[in-house]
Amino acid sequence: MVWSTLAQHLLTKPRAPREAGHSTAAALAERLQNLSNEKLGRSLAIRHVDAGSCNGCELELRAIQNMVYDLTQYGLSFTPSPRHADVLLITGVAARNMAEALRQTRAAMPDPVFTIAVGDCAVDGGVFKGSPAITGGADSILTVDLMISGCPPTPGQIIDGLLSLIEAHTGGK
Amino acid sequence: MTPPNLSAHFWQNHSGEFIALWTSGELAYALFDTGLITTSLEDGTYPALSPKHPGAAWFEKLGQDLNGHKASGVTHANTAIEHFLSPNGTAPWPEFRPAPGDGVHQMAVGPIHAGIIEPGHFRFSIIGEKVLKLEARLGYTHKGTLALMRGKSPRNAARFAARISGDATVAHSLAFAHATEAALGLTPPPRAVHLRAVMAELERMANHTSDIGAIAGDAGFAFLDARFAWHRESLCAAASAAFGHRLMMDMVIPGGIAGDIKTGGADAIRRTLDALETELPGLTRVFEDYASLQDRLVGTGHIGTHLAARYAAGGVTGRASGRQTDARINPGYAPYELMELSVPVETEGDVAARVKIRLAELAESYRMIRTLLNHLPDGQIALAPPATSGMGLGVAESFRGPVWHWLNIDTGLITDIFLADASTLHWPLVEHAACTSIIADFPLINKSVNASYSGVDL
Ligand code: SF4
Repeated sequence: MVWSTLAQHLLTKPRAPREAGHSTAAALAERLQNLSNEKLGRSLAIRHVDAGSCNGCELELRAIQNMVYDLTQYGLSFTPSPRHADVLLITGVAARNMAEALRQTRAAMPDPVFTIAVGDCAVDGGVFKGSPAITGGADSILTVDLMISGCPPTPGQIIDGLLSLIEAHTGGK
Repeated sequence: MTPPNLSAHFWQNHSGEFIALWTSGELAYALFDTGLITTSLEDGTYPALSPKHPGAAWFEKLGQDLNGHKASGVTHANTAIEHFLSPNGTAPWPEFRPAPGDGVHQMAVGPIHAGIIEPGHFRFSIIGEKVLKLEARLGYTHKGTLALMRGKSPRNAARFAARISGDATVAHSLAFAHATEAALGLTPPPRAVHLRAVMAELERMANHTSDIGAIAGDAGFAFLDARFAWHRESLCAAASAAFGHRLMMDMVIPGGIAGDIKTGGADAIRRTLDALETELPGLTRVFEDYASLQDRLVGTGHIGTHLAARYAAGGVTGRASGRQTDARINPGYAPYELMELSVPVETEGDVAARVKIRLAELAESYRMIRTLLNHLPDGQIALAPPATSGMGLGVAESFRGPVWHWLNIDTGLITDIFLADASTLHWPLVEHAACTSIIADFPLINKSVNASYSGVDL
């Protein structure tokens, strides 16, 4: 039963789109070159930090790991430990109450670190922009390398963004 | 609507189940299942309700953090959200009060957790593996949402209501719309009411499927996790096909809905429901048949009926602990009076019971969605809210329990608003439930209640 449902849906579900934004990819490629990419290899481990989300972005981050999107097929995986992580992926606004925890997570990660802001909140504060309880988007606390907008971005958009990082990483090969 | 203003004595001795408390202007408000009451603030102070109703403690802390209004006679010290008062963003840790005893040690978890979830700090007192005490410190995702909603028209403020807790975006938008419509005397068109219920039930199913899967996944059943995650994905895709957004954010607005169901949307939803209905009996059997899975779930994270009643637990958590409550029926709102909704109730109060409730609710939800889609009334989908004044209270049953919104509108602009997610009363129950099990079972317990952080931090 499971196999028949699975087969049927493998056929009917469109694959997630894979094109990455070329300008982003080019910019990242340059940056990565300077940061000795051979040390990282192709696989990237991601540490996620929710710095003040509504939890909508987390739902879609979890969705990219389900069997439809299967994030690991791209060599990407989430890790609980910042020590093992190459990518710091931030969702939510930069809530004042999370600023210290976010800084400590970054400090615990070995360089080089690529920082990605996922969702409108992390990009610039989203609808919460201007609230005194927040300092803005993720870039109000850390330097951000890549932004993926959307409220929340769809799993396809998140994977697109992450792929642009990988493609930059491997020089597009 | 003008709620009765009571003296301190009658305020403190009001009977009924406590739901929420807040302050606004010169008044403190308390919401009970028996109605809304107020008392006047004296020098910014009002008599505490937490000695009699323990669920009021968090609301009292929040009232102090947000408005500076103190509850007199409280026994709790910590703040709800104002943790980091120094300019550099650091603060001394609050004093946790560990359980006393020889060999008891503390275990600190969070605010950043191992999985992809919201931030919060858990301080366990443990002896060996046994949890003696859990203190949850929340407030990390505080965004100042209520303040952002003031001074805006209901239509503009709806964007914030939709982002109180993303997983319950439809329910919060609905409660907010109900409150606005009550304040302004607006009755949304029947087609909008039906489609709101379709969205609300789709949201319930999407959350229930992912929660059931995640609980099984935590007990080592990756197969169930994968299959339920797949159904969740299909439900989100169907929501997107029908309403243009996977979580249906910003679709429910005061006065109606933001857009009609798309061509082919109803069929996309029906196909998804059919696929789930076909597979659900098999998946349920896996739950019931594996002794190792049952061993992890039965008796774990026990919340007794008495405790659940003391905190007026709602939703899955309340119904798994013997409480026949559902805001869709009581106080009730359209169109559920037409749906012959049956509310499942279990009495064991453990993780297994909370899974059973979710499984039963999935079946109720797809039955109702099909009925709603087959009998969609024609006509308009929204009415513009008039620029009039009034006070309104609204409720909606989210997948985790009731969410309440209260607001005051003056000539079309919101002057004040408060809202209470079911999670506010469920977090203390998580703290209690953790103490009935070993530390390794905490992830299961936490997921089985699935309280929102953002919905409480506001
Ligand atoms: S971007 Fe949207 S979905 Fe993501 S955390 Fe912010 S409000 Fe929620």
